[in-house]
Amino acid sequence: MLEIQNITKIYNAGTLTEQCLFRDFSLKVEEGEFVSIVGGNGSGKTSLLNILCGTIPVEGGDVLIDGKSVLKMKDHQRYVSMGRVYQNPAAGTCPGLTVLENLSLADNKGRPFGLGRGVNRRRTEVYREELSSLGLGLEDKLDVPMGSLSGGQRQAVALLMATMTPLRFLILDEHTAALDPKTAEVIMALTDRIVREKGLTAMMVTHNLHHAVTYGSRLLMLDRGHVALDRRGAEKAATTTEELLGIFNRLATQCD
Amino acid sequence: MQDLLMSTLLQGLIYALISFGVYITYSILDFPDLGVDGTFPLGAAVTAVALTRGVPAWATLPLAVAAGAAAGLFTGLIHVRLKIRNLLAGIITMTALFSINLQIAGSNLTIDRATDTIFSAAPAGTLLAGLSLTERKVVVSFILIVVIKLVLDAYLRTKSGLLLRAVGDNPGLVTLLAKDRGQVKILGLVISNALVALAGCLVCHEQRSFSATMGTGQLVYGLAAVIIGISLINLYTTSPLARGLRKVPLLRFLATPAGTTAVIVGSILYKLCIQAALSLVPASMMKLITALLFLLVLVVSGRKGEEIIHA
Repeated sequence: MLEIQNITKIYNAGTLTEQCLFRDFSLKVEEGEFVSIVGGNGSGKTSLLNILCGTIPVEGGDVLIDGKSVLKMKDHQRYVSMGRVYQNPAAGTCPGLTVLENLSLADNKGRPFGLGRGVNRRRTEVYREELSSLGLGLEDKLDVPMGSLSGGQRQAVALLMATMTPLRFLILDEHTAALDPKTAEVIMALTDRIVREKGLTAMMVTHNLHHAVTYGSRLLMLDRGHVALDRRGAEKAATTTEELLGIFNRLATQCD
Repeated sequence: MQDLLMSTLLQGLIYALISFGVYITYSILDFPDLGVDGTFPLGAAVTAVALTRGVPAWATLPLAVAAGAAAGLFTGLIHVRLKIRNLLAGIITMTALFSINLQIAGSNLTIDRATDTIFSAAPAGTLLAGLSLTERKVVVSFILIVVIKLVLDAYLRTKSGLLLRAVGDNPGLVTLLAKDRGQVKILGLVISNALVALAGCLVCHEQRSFSATMGTGQLVYGLAAVIIGISLINLYTTSPLARGLRKVPLLRFLATPAGTTAVIVGSILYKLCIQAALSLVPASMMKLITALLFLLVLVVSGRKGEEIIHA
């Protein structure tokens, strides 16, 4: 279970540009939930993910995993149980290493990086199968440098890499925003499959209201550091894109 | 003439160790480590003192490696733990080492002819007794460099080596792999500076001397050798010859040379260029030649060094 308790987040504290994003913000995410988070620019979606992952510090409050505070943990320590995919496909992979080397690195997450062989040839077949199931023509590209793949291909590999080893939480930070509509659908379908198969607890920030409505078990709309909408179960299932767009537009006009 | 070529080859081989170190920091870690100019004489200082105190010649190698590793650890710790910018962290180490090197050596040192170096002591002195001293130096250096190159290549293919390459390529990914990227950087700096100090050690054996100023310009040397080597290899791997070789299963390895091979080639070529230029001007112009040639290399290779400025 992921819990954010009474978080206060102030940007540029003590300066003229001081801006309070979260004041006393709390959120509880149950085990196995797939939360889609929508909201306008500056509503706090990405900040929320960054606070969870320890990328940015907070001015008050606590972040708990299974009731234990992880606030003092460094970001890399939190990633032991978390995986994350960013909007930029380049963020989740190494451009100079081959696809095989990238996958091998990810496959070793959670284990020591010692003097054993970096690339385990026996796992190559497993990787090839995983890649071919994507239908992106990646299975023949194991020895190609990551940097020469297309954005969609890189994002697919980044998603595979983020979820390769046993983990509990998957953080998706607008991970389809930089992709063409067709590839975005492929990546979303893959995301949904992985989350279900591995029983992950997922939090997905997206600007695509259709994705937010179609996927996930819970829908959250943020507005200037507050939860404006929180639906789950049948209520979430009954939500339509049009309805969500209506709510979104009402909030946006209030903002102006 | 042949003697000059042999001694240039020898210099190119020994100094390739500096380039190995620079290859790790500059090419792999994306960390321009100016500490090289201090670590190189550190290796020589430790070696000179050890030799004059009667330490067996081959035992000076691990001593120099350990000293260099400590210097790299220092640069790494002030960069990672105290969050000093990479360029400044190297400058601090380099400046501090100038005094430390003088403290270790006392003053500039010369090793007398009676003291055995790795080139005169067993096994080189006995197995290669039929060769002239210069030839022996070339053979010993060649074997050492090739062994170190192979070890380095093997290391870069291990899990730890992959992680090292990843931290320079995309530091954020290392964090996502639940690893402390700072520690990985420190490890890279330790290995790099150990290699550079080993270069200082070999040069001390070769010249039988240590001078406090021998480090000046060594980073530039290493950078030039790395950039020449990598640029040539890039040219080569896209050439019809390499493309042809790639189709032959047994010769495929010749088509994609390792970065370390490139660096050795770059080092020998750069020494050759410097020697050629020095045959026209007095020896006191050496550093000027080194710098101007480096400038030429940067312009010709199209790497104007922005990587360094923005790092």
